[in-house]
Amino acid sequence: MSAEPHAPAHGASHGHDAHGHHGDHHGDGHAHGSRKSYMTGFLLSVVLTAIPFALVMTDAFADTRVTAGIVMAFALVQIVVHMVYFLHMNSKSENGWTLMALIFTLIVVVIALTGSLWVMYHMNQNMMPGMGAMAGAMSASGDVGGGM
Amino acid sequence: MSSATIPPGAEAPIFYETEEHHHEAGASTMLGFWLYLMSDCLIFAMLFAAYGVYGGSYAGGPDQRELFELPLVAVNTAMLLFSSITYGFAMIAMDENRKGATQAWLAVTGLFGLAFLGIELYEFSNLIHEGAGPWRSAFLSAFFTLVGTHGLHVTFGIIWLVTLMVQVGRKGLIPDNKRRLQCLSLFWHFLDVIWIGVFTFVYLLGVLR
Repeated sequence: MSAEPHAPAHGASHGHDAHGHHGDHHGDGHAHGSRKSYMTGFLLSVVLTAIPFALVMTDAFADTRVTAGIVMAFALVQIVVHMVYFLHMNSKSENGWTLMALIFTLIVVVIALTGSLWVMYHMNQNMMPGMGAMAGAMSASGDVGGGM
Repeated sequence: MSSATIPPGAEAPIFYETEEHHHEAGASTMLGFWLYLMSDCLIFAMLFAAYGVYGGSYAGGPDQRELFELPLVAVNTAMLLFSSITYGFAMIAMDENRKGATQAWLAVTGLFGLAFLGIELYEFSNLIHEGAGPWRSAFLSAFFTLVGTHGLHVTFGIIWLVTLMVQVGRKGLIPDNKRRLQCLSLFWHFLDVIWIGVFTFVYLLGVLR
C-alpha cells in the first residue's frame, strides 16, 4: 500500500477529491459484473450443472469411471466459471492479493485432500480389512481374518 | 563526517509520515472478507477430506445409491443457482442506485435460499426416518457434517440478507450498506461454489460408486 504511485500526493494539497479517488481505487478492486456477464455465467453454470446430472441419471456410459471423470471435469470448469463471473476474480483485484490468497488456499486444499485420501486409502489397504469388506465378511462367515 | 550532520538552520529531515496515511473507512474490508472466505474454504476442504475417507464406511448400513434421490438434489441445485443469479441482479440494481429493485431481488434471493433449505431439511428428515441418521455409520456422519455445515452457512447467509434488507430499508443504499451487500455477494456466491463440490463429489460420484 505504501508503494502506491500517487503517494507523493499525500502532501499539503491533499484534498478531499484525492481521498475520494483513493476510495474508488480500492472499491474498483472488486469489479462489478454487468447484466450480460451475470447472464453468461448463469447460462454456463446451468449447462455445466445439467450435463453431469443427465449423464449420471441416464447411465449414459457403461463404464462409471468415464462418467466420473467427465462429471469431475465439469465441476472444475463450473467452479472457474463461478469464480470469474460471480465472484469477479481477476489478477488485478486488491493489487492481486485476492488471487494470491486463492492460490495459497488451493495449494493447501490440494495437499490436504490428496494427502488424506492417499494416506487413508493405503492404511485401509495395508493395516486392516476395508471397512465395507469387513462388515460383509463378518456378516457372511464371522471369519475375522477374511478381509481383503 | 561533517557532511553527515545537519547544517545549522536547515529543516531536519523527517523519516516518518507526518500525515497519517488515510484510508477510506472499510477500504480493506473486501480483502479481509475474502481472506475469511478462504479460511472457510479450508474448513470445507477438511470436511470433504473426511467424507472422502469415510465415504465407503457403511458399517453394514445403507450406501449412497440406496439413499440419494438425484431428482431432489437437482431441484435443490437449481434453487441455489437461481438464488445466485437473482443476487447478481440485486448487485446490478445496487450499482444503478435503484433501492426498490435491489430490495426486490434480495427478497427473491432469500426465498430461493429458503426453498433450498426447506428441500435439504426434507431430505435430512427422510434419511433420519429411514434410520439413516448421522449415528448410523461413518459415511453418514461425514455426509451430515459436510452437507449440514453448508446448510448452516446458507442459514446464516439468509439471516444476514434479511438484516441487510432492513438496513437498506432504513438507511438506503449508503456506501456502508453497499460494501456490506458486496461482502454478502461474495459469501453467497462462495456457498454456491461449495455446493458444486457437494453435488459433484457427494451426490453424483456417490451414486456412481
